[in-house]
Amino acid sequence: MIFMEKRFVYADNAATTRVYQEVAAEMLPYLTEHYGNPSSLHFMGQQAKKALESARERTASVLGALPEEIYFTSCGTESDNWAIRGASAVYAKFNKIEKPHIITTAIEHHAVLHTFEALKASGYEVTYIGVDKDGIVSPESVAAAIKDNTCLVAIMYASNEVGTIEPIADIVKAVKSIRNIPFLTDAVQAVGNIPVNVKELGVDMLSFSGHKIHAPKGVGGLYIKKGVRLKNFIEGGGQEKGKRSGTEGLANIIAMAKAMEISRDRMPERASLEKKRDKLIAGITSIPDTYLTGHPTKRLPGNASFVFKGIEGESLLFLLSAAGICGSTGSACSSASLEPSHVLTSLGLPVEICHGSLRLTIDYDTTDEDIDYIIENVKRVVERLREMSPIY
Amino acid sequence: MEYSEKVMDHFMNPRNCGVLSDANAVGEVGNAKCGDIMKIYMKIENDIIKDIKFQTFGCCAAIATSSMATELIKGKPISDALNLTNKAVVEALDGLPPVKIHCSVLAEEAIKAALANYFRSIGNNEEADKLDASCDGCCEHCDCGKH
Repeated sequence: MIFMEKRFVYADNAATTRVYQEVAAEMLPYLTEHYGNPSSLHFMGQQAKKALESARERTASVLGALPEEIYFTSCGTESDNWAIRGASAVYAKFNKIEKPHIITTAIEHHAVLHTFEALKASGYEVTYIGVDKDGIVSPESVAAAIKDNTCLVAIMYASNEVGTIEPIADIVKAVKSIRNIPFLTDAVQAVGNIPVNVKELGVDMLSFSGHKIHAPKGVGGLYIKKGVRLKNFIEGGGQEKGKRSGTEGLANIIAMAKAMEISRDRMPERASLEKKRDKLIAGITSIPDTYLTGHPTKRLPGNASFVFKGIEGESLLFLLSAAGICGSTGSACSSASLEPSHVLTSLGLPVEICHGSLRLTIDYDTTDEDIDYIIENVKRVVERLREMSPIY
Repeated sequence: MEYSEKVMDHFMNPRNCGVLSDANAVGEVGNAKCGDIMKIYMKIENDIIKDIKFQTFGCCAAIATSSMATELIKGKPISDALNLTNKAVVEALDGLPPVKIHCSVLAEEAIKAALANYFRSIGNNEEADKLDASCDGCCEHCDCGKH
């Protein structure tokens, strides 16, 4: 077998992305020239304020929202924390609910799950909805979990680990047919990767992040539907209509707006990205005892995730890294807790095989040669680790 | 996860990896549910470990500790192997991240399990029982009843 020349292949775009040149170019003047504080009254401040509101309009336009429905935060995690805590608190107070009940799924990102756990510790009642083998949440199961004291439902739009896209619009309908309970979708992995329109989804809140869509780290946002009330998250100088104080990270916010526009404009390229993803999936699942995780078709266009029998994910990842390939694993050994990914075990996979997981997340810039190179190296590395394994 | 150069070297180029067809001492510890299993094969002659091989299912640290542990006792008398501690393996690797220390424990226990198997095969049950009494490197997922 002739091995291809060593390349660098970044296939961890669900972790973070490269900042696009155009994005960096657009944000740079707001660091070095137009550095005014949007709260300042002088012309520098007013210029900054104008740029901030323009970024808000651009962001809103991509998401199908009104500008006043967009709030900027520091990251997706902050948006999730704020939405869950803020909306459930107001709803509980307004409806005089003493012990609030909140609902989410077993496969959420830790930003949601750990917030739920913290609220549980403070006296909330929580329900975690299970998923089917492909990671799909059924609208009926969410509706069935609603109780008289339910104050919030939070369901992710697309899984960061296995890429499954949830039927959010249907779940929202099922929830709202019972009562107008605040509904959050964590769309951090969906925005920029698939078309997202808040009105079509019918959600009350939607969280998103800059660095997952080719903007810098340190900026995120939360869509809050007009009329939905949230407790303030950070008190201070009254920025973001007093709801989320702290001087706005203007350059980052402008970068995120630009990145959202670029990803919207590149949406037609999605079909070719899906084709590359499917080639990657076909190549890797041709390895014996290897399985795709997540839904075969209702999945993010760049997500290809797998489990391999008889090997461990961290070893797999380091050997791929030595070959210039960046991926990710939900293996226990890669985490401080030494527990395998809660997402993989929620799909009903045996714990043993969850240790051998690999997530590859490609993007528009991944070439066909990159795909061939990944397939060749995953085959080689899996074979090598299986030779070393006493259980394969 | 940040590993020392030595760990990465032993992970990328493991020493003594494979199966020993004429082994007279074989030990396996760990549990697939925990994510690491080590199997040690030894060929013991006149109380000397003439040859040693390992097979490991596990992370970089599990593979590196297996490799280093086998290096440390290859060609050495059984007494050296009995005295091998996980600490010595960690030191020889220039350290391990705290969450990975259990991998070195697993390596020590795999060697002791192989030695127990050897002692039993030569009728030295007393020595074998002593070795068996220690934990076999499993974790809370297992059902060995020692926790």
